[in-house]
Amino acid sequence: MEGSVASSGSPDSQRKQIDSVVVRFAGDSGDGMQLTGSQFSSAAALAGNDLATFPDFPAEIRAPVGTTFGVSAFQINFGSRVIKTSGDQYDVLVAMNPAALKVSIANLREGGLVILDSGSFTERNLTKAGYAADPRQDGSLAQYQLMEIDISSMTLDVAKPLGLSQKEALRCKNMWTLGLVYWMYDRDPQPTVDWLQGKFGGKAPEVAEANIAALKAGHAFGETAEISGEATKFTVGQAEIEPGEYRLVQGSEALSWGLLAGTQLAGLEMLLASYPITPSSPVLHVLAGLKEFGVVTFQAEDEIAAVCAAIGGSYAGKLGITASSGPGVALKTEAIGLAIATELPLIVVNTQRAGPSTGMPTKTEQSDLYLSVYGRNADAPMPVLSVRSPGDAFDTAIEAVRIATKYMTPVTLLSDGYIANAAEPWLIPDMTTYTPFPKEKRTDPEGFHPFLRDPETLARPWAVPGTPGLMHRIGGIERDYDSGNISYEPANHQKMTDARHQKIDQIADDIPEQDVELGAPGGKLAIVGWGSTYGPINRGVSNMRDQGYDVSHIHLRYIWPLPRNLGELLRSYDKVIVAEMNTGQLRTLLRAELLVPAEGLNKVSGQPLKIVEIEEAIQQSLPQAKAAE
Amino acid sequence: MNAPTKLTPADFATDQEVRWCPGCGDYAILKGVQKTLADIGASPDNTVFVSGIGCAARFPYYVNSYGFHTIHGRAAAFATGVKLSNPELDVWVVGGDGDSLSIGGNHLFHLLRRNVDVQYLLFNNEIYGLTKGQYSPTSRVGTRSPSTPQGSVDQPANALQFSLGAGARFVARGIDISQKHLTEVLTRAHAHKGASMVEIIQNCVVYNDGAFEQFTAKKTAAETQIAVEDGKPLLFGKEKDKGLRLDPKTLTLEVVTIGENGVTEDDILVHDEKNRIIAGLLARMSAPEFPVAIGVLYCDPVESYESGLLGQVEAEESRHPGAQLNNLLRDGNTWTVGD
Repeated sequence: MEGSVASSGSPDSQRKQIDSVVVRFAGDSGDGMQLTGSQFSSAAALAGNDLATFPDFPAEIRAPVGTTFGVSAFQINFGSRVIKTSGDQYDVLVAMNPAALKVSIANLREGGLVILDSGSFTERNLTKAGYAADPRQDGSLAQYQLMEIDISSMTLDVAKPLGLSQKEALRCKNMWTLGLVYWMYDRDPQPTVDWLQGKFGGKAPEVAEANIAALKAGHAFGETAEISGEATKFTVGQAEIEPGEYRLVQGSEALSWGLLAGTQLAGLEMLLASYPITPSSPVLHVLAGLKEFGVVTFQAEDEIAAVCAAIGGSYAGKLGITASSGPGVALKTEAIGLAIATELPLIVVNTQRAGPSTGMPTKTEQSDLYLSVYGRNADAPMPVLSVRSPGDAFDTAIEAVRIATKYMTPVTLLSDGYIANAAEPWLIPDMTTYTPFPKEKRTDPEGFHPFLRDPETLARPWAVPGTPGLMHRIGGIERDYDSGNISYEPANHQKMTDARHQKIDQIADDIPEQDVELGAPGGKLAIVGWGSTYGPINRGVSNMRDQGYDVSHIHLRYIWPLPRNLGELLRSYDKVIVAEMNTGQLRTLLRAELLVPAEGLNKVSGQPLKIVEIEEAIQQSLPQAKAAE
Repeated sequence: MNAPTKLTPADFATDQEVRWCPGCGDYAILKGVQKTLADIGASPDNTVFVSGIGCAARFPYYVNSYGFHTIHGRAAAFATGVKLSNPELDVWVVGGDGDSLSIGGNHLFHLLRRNVDVQYLLFNNEIYGLTKGQYSPTSRVGTRSPSTPQGSVDQPANALQFSLGAGARFVARGIDISQKHLTEVLTRAHAHKGASMVEIIQNCVVYNDGAFEQFTAKKTAAETQIAVEDGKPLLFGKEKDKGLRLDPKTLTLEVVTIGENGVTEDDILVHDEKNRIIAGLLARMSAPEFPVAIGVLYCDPVESYESGLLGQVEAEESRHPGAQLNNLLRDGNTWTVGD
């Protein structure tokens, strides 16, 4: 199983060879755990590992120091095999204080290693974390290997003489820890040294120096100190992955770049109008940094203004995009209805988070499927696409732009908090290999009617203000089928409603048929998923297939309209289970649309689905499978 | 189409049947706008009218230009997007008092604060017309309506004080039936680069008829209105013998008569349209205690929002000419996995 320690037998007799390992760095919000994790991810990636990460942080910017709700963690699964999830359980837990230990210990595998900063295990910190007794002494850590190091004081020893205050010097302890973990996994600290120099070298050379000293001290500690125990020194080999040039990419980064790529392939310029919201804001940040590509970003006064400005932008000829999360998209729904009515291109990115209402902003969920497909007043259909991984966000965003512009329609692009923050190695695409899909605007006044549809796509012409001779008026009041003028004619409303539906339905003819990720059409069981559950479902199904279970994995990119063959495909299995991080939204949709008796595997804990949860579901559904082997 | 021949107001009319109630003030405003468009040599190709929802918001259908009739309260946000998409367009926003100051108050505030280069025409009739007569955010205390049968109790908003408070750089007032004056105000609004707020006093003939009679009646207008002009003393009255004097102790205005109590023209406050304090004092004057100020109360341009924002985009584009997405994707740490 992913994340488990494989047999040893290393060429380096000192180092144990393992095929993958899961490490979780956990500390206070102010301890720099996200930074530590992302540095370690880069190091693992540069060493040729495949990896998946899971930044798991609180909504509070600086929660009170030492509390359990202030714990910020970064989990990474890296290996010499293909990695599909950030790991169900971890092999190593780095806990910078008692609260971090308390929050994270439950998912450390039995026999796993705990590295903890004993310097932070003061009575006061133990109390703040809610420990009645010191867990190091009450036997509660007996099933783990424990490595206690006074990281705090060792960091102070190296950092303080370099001219930092006690507080500043203590901040370097994450680098000390990183140095130690680099040593454990035989990773080169140099890229981090370079990075520290680049980040602080100019403005605060003493800070750079102290951090580098701490990093090196941690590394040296591993080399020289008598670290005992088994699981302390490993080699994780290179993964066998497709040849090519790679980089690490985060979901919101890849999604933003994909939106830009799509906009360029359509021959358009982008107006992104957004309002800050967790976990969607990085899309606004990334695109705000891409002005050299002509990207215009507008931080609106609220979610409604953001979508309205995006629609106004599309009306006037750019591609309007708005990015938000569930509560924000809920506010946008009336305006999205106007984009549907006036048939303008628009991309609505929804990076889903746990809800309802404010819910858990930094925790992931897939519970906006109903909102995306059905959540508007009146009959208001629009396409919905979903992203399965950070890298996949790039191509799915391009596809969203293609559909929005070709069919003159808003499109929802669903991501989630897990994908947005997670990073993975990404085979960098070559833009010259993508086929452009230039969007033509109407310029010919001859025979122009604002709502005269293309007979094939049923899209209306895009006639933007500033075009000579094409002056016209459009709006949310029902429009005449041809002229776009206000019309209350009963037959016209029927005709327009039908046309709007038909236009979206027939997009199913322009998307790929649904394929099977793992397994084959037909069989005992299919696990159907969408979005970020891709990794755990795929690994879980793969593991169970290895054990002889007749189970397939189907993963949807197109939520609306559904692929034409999906009903037939799902009916070719004896049983269908829809695994999703909600109470059964895709399941309901599939049952309603395809009359397939799908069952559900549902989880809403704010945490990603686990591989073992998929495996257990398969086991329960197919008790005889192993016997048939 | 380079429109070499000068267009007339009729050229800005559409074939759509105008559906306002007979006698509605909106007819006069439409006429004033169409005349202004002809006067300023507007190009229908390049002109966009954006509106929200309400009686006033039907306006775009009746102007031969590009028109976008959007959703309630959000016209300012749509117009911002239009301007960011194509800053060359000449954008006019039309909304009523409910559309602009109730459901859309937030967006109007930000449009003015940001200083997006549009003309915002706020038709103020102090009532909800399209939804059949409920009181509005500008209705005076005690307004009886279907939703306030005992009379409204909340204090009304003053559109121009709101605008000044939001940081608007152009604030003016006109009256539906004062065609010549309205056209002058609209021409000034159009010439101003940045957000131009024009409150247009508009009579709702069905639900609030005569609400402004006190200062709009032709017979008495000279005594109840004051048409402000930059650099000129704030005089009014048929004989131009009344004026506004600033009491420096209380920082308030008072109405005085020249020749009475030793008042001379030197005592009269001179209008300075770059003076936000004077603008604020003028904006709040209401009948019958004061004449109602019309004309350009405030005009002090600064760079418009889209000019600043798009300027940043252009600067980055010229700093990185021919930026390639392929390079962006390969920027930073990358590594190659061999065959």
